[in-house]
Amino acid sequence: MASTAPVRKAMTGKAVTRAPRDTAHEGFLTHKRGRWAKVALTLSIVAMGAYLLTDPVPRHNGGTWLGYLLGSIGAGMIVWLSLLGVRKRVIGSKPFSLKGWTSAHVYLGLSLIVIGTLHTGFQLGWNVHTLAWALMMIVILSGLWGISLYANLPERLSANRGEVTQLQMLEAIRTLDRQLDTAAQPLGGEDAEFVRMSLEQCTIAGSLRQRLFGNYASDGNARALAAISEKVMAGLRSGRADDRLQQIQFLLERKEAALAQARRHISLKTQLELWLYVHVPVTIALLAALLAHIISVFLYW
Amino acid sequence: MTTYRIAIVGSGPGGLSAAAHAAKLGLSHILLEKTDHLSDTIYKYQKGKHVMATPSQLVLRSPLDFEAGKREVVLGTWNEQTAAAGVNVKHGAEVKSIVGTGAPIPGSVMQLATRNRDGTTSTTELQRNAPPYRLTLTNGEEIMAEAVIMALGTQGNPNLMGCPGGNLPHVQYQLDDPTEYTDEHIFVIGGGDAGIENALGLCADPAQNNTVTLINRTADFPTAKDANVKALLAARDAGRISIMAESNTTMVEPGFITVETRDGEVRARCDRIIARIGSAPPRGFVESCGIEFASADRLAFPKLSATFESTAPGIYVVGALAGYPLIKHCMNQGHDVVEFINGNLDLKPADEPILEAKFAGLPGRRSVAEWLEYLRDRVSILNGMSSLQMREFMLDSAVKLYRAGETIFERSAPGSSLFGIADGEVAVEVNPNDPSITVPIGTGQIFGEVGLISGRRRGATIKAARDTIVVEISRNAALKLMSQVPSASREITRINTERTLLQIFKSGLAPADLVDVIAGAKVETIRAGQAIIKEGETGDDIFIIRSGSMVVEKSIGGKPVFLSYVPAGSYVGEMAVIDGSARSATVRAAVKSDVIRLAGEPFRALLAAKPQLLDKLRGEMASRTKLNNFVESKKDSFSGVVDMYTGVANFLVEQGVGEATDVLLIDEKLCVGCDNCEKACADTHDGLSRLDREAGRTYAHLHVPTSCRHCEHPHCMADCPPNAIHRGPTGEVYIDETCIGCGNCQRNCPYGVIRLDKTPPKKPWLLSWFLFGSGPGPGEASHKWAKKHDPAYAEKAKKAIKCDMCSGQEGGPACVRACPTGAAIRVSPEQFLSVSLMNREDR
Ligand SMILES: Cc1cc2nc3c(=O)[nH]c(=O)nc-3n(C[C@H](O)[C@H](O)[C@H](O)COP(=O)(O)OP(=O)(O)OC[C@H]3O[C@@H](n4cnc5c(N)ncnc54)[C@H](O)[C@@H]3O)c2cc1C
Ligand code: HEM
Ligand code: SF4
Ligand code: SF4
Repeated sequence: MASTAPVRKAMTGKAVTRAPRDTAHEGFLTHKRGRWAKVALTLSIVAMGAYLLTDPVPRHNGGTWLGYLLGSIGAGMIVWLSLLGVRKRVIGSKPFSLKGWTSAHVYLGLSLIVIGTLHTGFQLGWNVHTLAWALMMIVILSGLWGISLYANLPERLSANRGEVTQLQMLEAIRTLDRQLDTAAQPLGGEDAEFVRMSLEQCTIAGSLRQRLFGNYASDGNARALAAISEKVMAGLRSGRADDRLQQIQFLLERKEAALAQARRHISLKTQLELWLYVHVPVTIALLAALLAHIISVFLYW
Repeated sequence: MTTYRIAIVGSGPGGLSAAAHAAKLGLSHILLEKTDHLSDTIYKYQKGKHVMATPSQLVLRSPLDFEAGKREVVLGTWNEQTAAAGVNVKHGAEVKSIVGTGAPIPGSVMQLATRNRDGTTSTTELQRNAPPYRLTLTNGEEIMAEAVIMALGTQGNPNLMGCPGGNLPHVQYQLDDPTEYTDEHIFVIGGGDAGIENALGLCADPAQNNTVTLINRTADFPTAKDANVKALLAARDAGRISIMAESNTTMVEPGFITVETRDGEVRARCDRIIARIGSAPPRGFVESCGIEFASADRLAFPKLSATFESTAPGIYVVGALAGYPLIKHCMNQGHDVVEFINGNLDLKPADEPILEAKFAGLPGRRSVAEWLEYLRDRVSILNGMSSLQMREFMLDSAVKLYRAGETIFERSAPGSSLFGIADGEVAVEVNPNDPSITVPIGTGQIFGEVGLISGRRRGATIKAARDTIVVEISRNAALKLMSQVPSASREITRINTERTLLQIFKSGLAPADLVDVIAGAKVETIRAGQAIIKEGETGDDIFIIRSGSMVVEKSIGGKPVFLSYVPAGSYVGEMAVIDGSARSATVRAAVKSDVIRLAGEPFRALLAAKPQLLDKLRGEMASRTKLNNFVESKKDSFSGVVDMYTGVANFLVEQGVGEATDVLLIDEKLCVGCDNCEKACADTHDGLSRLDREAGRTYAHLHVPTSCRHCEHPHCMADCPPNAIHRGPTGEVYIDETCIGCGNCQRNCPYGVIRLDKTPPKKPWLLSWFLFGSGPGPGEASHKWAKKHDPAYAEKAKKAIKCDMCSGQEGGPACVRACPTGAAIRVSPEQFLSVSLMNREDR
């Protein structure tokens, strides 16, 4: 009973207000009723207006006052957009909303298409300046790709897993393996060989290609199932059904179903991450190119 | 036959310490232990369990040593020291009856109530006789003693199998090590958590090659935890275990078991039976010795004097059975009780300094005993307590002097403690808009009971009207008080009813207006799912929800449609009183709830007398009707949306949201599975995540992950020996550092959100991981990494960990902050279970 140790945060009778938190049930694309979409749109329209309304001599490029302005804004935004990777991992105790950050990231990132491109004045060529622009566009396009995945895949991920966790999926496959192993004990040479094929030559996820395209026909379990099914069918046709083989077939089928679920799960998770393998490395290349671009501009100047 | 001076029943820390002290004093004694080893409760802890010695300020008085350490070390020390002290131990000695052999004590007759199978109770009378006592063992042996110390603990005895053959040697009631058995046909009997966990343990490793079958009396597993049931069903689907549901064992023979199933009798091969069919608390046996309990309540303890003497003169009760579950307390009491029996009545209890500190700084310069007497005498609900109860009660409570005008608590502060006024007066600010309107509460009375009973936040600000001495009774102490002292319980209920009514209806009502209404008021307990109001029926009772919560449903087009969620502290059923119509909707309990039922007749009279109140209720009724109409109109045009809304609402209620104050939800239409929420949790909480995102139930892509719901009446608090679980200043339920890692809370939480783990070492700086890949990166580190980087890790004690709602962090819940897509939200049920939920589908 008696807890007499000092209590860490005893109640004081004070109505301590809870830290404010975001309880709105809206996704990052609609965060705060699309606040960042509006900001980004305004920014783009203003930039386009300024571009059309001014008529610099000899022509629009990075060197005009508007070019400098757009360039500085663009460079600043790129650096800030890159910092999302840091923000995501440094949690601390201070208020922030990663959802808000992502929302701003997406929309401001898109507005870079306008800002960055207007900054160039459409003066593209085979040089480090255009390289930076191209890398930026790749990052942005990969971002768009990411958004389309983020919008569509979660629902499928959820539907596929139901209430099963990834760990449980893998556990279910292991359990079936153990049952197969037991059931194969009384079997003779060739049949046991098939079961071993399922046990030893079966990969759950496989190569990146397999993960993405879901072609597992050559996998040990699929081959074993095909072979055993054929033998079972043959047995049935000849009127000498083999109970033990049927049991094996049943287990292989269940394993195939369990594998299919786990593979869909892994495939969806892979896709949800894959685009980041373009987005992030190219971001790093972009930052390097941006630096080179800025330095070279000042050197030539 | 020799008559011992003292017989001690039970060799746990309480009994053992008593016996060692008796041996030291040279008193003739015998220590009776039913098992073949000492201290069975601790013996049964998990191997290598780190035993903790809380509370740390309490000095140890026992002749035996005890300090925090491994179970094996603690038991080893005691075994050695007991032998060295020359304690007279008798193993295998289970006491089954204790009767006085002296003359009948005039007037000392106890009413023994026994519960019959059919639910009725019958009472028998027990005439107490004077000592010496005759103790009869289960093997028929008899022992005589002048005084008896009962130190049985609270484990009790497992329920035995009643069928023929139930006493055969291969029937066992405990499973210490499931890996011990191989190649056996094993039947586990009982579908509670214990049975399921044992059965899963036995079939966990197929290499053991056991054939495991679980026999369950009913079709499903209502008493077991969801996670356990799921694991069991998964094991069955995987073919590792068989389940025989709706079955009863009818016979046990060597090598075989006969089971009555729904489809007839089955006789099967069986090498071992593990029966986990519950255990009977020791209360029945203790009562049969003439020892009275404070009340019929399940939580009640024996009535004891300040010297631990029970209502049977010469029989003393100490340890967990007396209500003190910590080892140190048990040991001290073992020492003290022997001193008392030996005539040293001046001995001050070991907790005296702790109590002294509690009273220090108060005016009046009283001794501890005088303070206890003062409080008991002045605060009416404490009148019925014994002095021992007062001491124990005080350890969990606090006394404070509030200066005139000082705030005791504020409106909306979380708080479940109860206050008693020992001297002075407080003022309740009943109107939040005008603090000058106050209602006084005077000396001897209580306040704060609404928070205690409803589990909700304080309804009004209370300040000291003049210098006032107040005793603050923690929730635990208050619940114990209510179970020990029936008169206190009745008084609290009465006051609570009156104040709840005043608080809900306000409108210038005074207690005098409510006399008739309260006279007809009844407090009823409603099972989860049970309806208090049924649509279409007539009836005009009004219900106030005192604790728990309700859902309101209306049948539209033949299907029940969810209308609203009604939390504790609200009322339902007022429409019928106002317009005399039939009930327009069904109201049923979302979780087990207490309601106050008010008869319609006196209430109508009250409305006639108080037009303001009528107006208020009319206003409320109008908004409820509007809601009903809104949902109904939606139903016509967007039938699917309304069905979904009802489905989601019912799902959430099933997931315990009805008793939650704050729950984590994940919208799986948005969740990309990055687990940033878990990582953020670990990174802000000693490197251990308190949530399991993937686990938990899902409905229509709305997922309730395994994470604390911060229940209004937390189940986890029920049975924590050091009382380490509290509600914090922002409403969070948290565990403090006094946790001894016993795992009770983990077992008691129905949502499986508590785990026991050790704190990993600190990780290297994030930047060095970023740049050089050193350390495990964001999120929870693996046990392997922790072991490698902290030499002391293996020896660290496991403690209970759970979500603390990120209290103290300015940004609020880290999981929510860290979710990049907005899938994770933490909300209160009222916030979420509202019409806005319907828009989820519109989006
Ligand atoms: C898993 C777990 C972990 C815990 N960890 C801690 C901790 O770290 N620190 C801490 O302070 N507390 C801890 N506790 C609480 C503590 O162990 C118990 O409250 C304490 O052991 C109670 O002591 P006791 O002497 O009252 O009774 P017990 O220790 O329960 O001993 C009672 C003894 O009486 C015997 N007995 C019962 N009936 C009869 C009979 N009819 N005839 C003869 N003998 C009988 C029993 O066999 C037993 O040996 C823990 C509890 C649990 C369950
Ligand atoms: C030049 C512009 C951009 C840069 C430099 C940039 C950079 C980054 C970086 C560094 C990350 C962090 C990845 C991680 O650590 O996991 C990130 C994440 C992301 N970016 Fe971009 N980005 C840009 C534009 C865009 C655009 C235009 C979109 C969308 C249309 C977009 C969508 C995203 C999304 C959805 C994430 C993932 C958020 C998460 O899951 O945590 N980005 N970006
Ligand atoms: S730990 Fe479990 S019982 Fe305790 S408050 Fe949280 S959900 Fe409720
Ligand atoms: S917090 Fe849980 S594990 Fe820790 S002592 Fe209390 S009940 Fe036991």
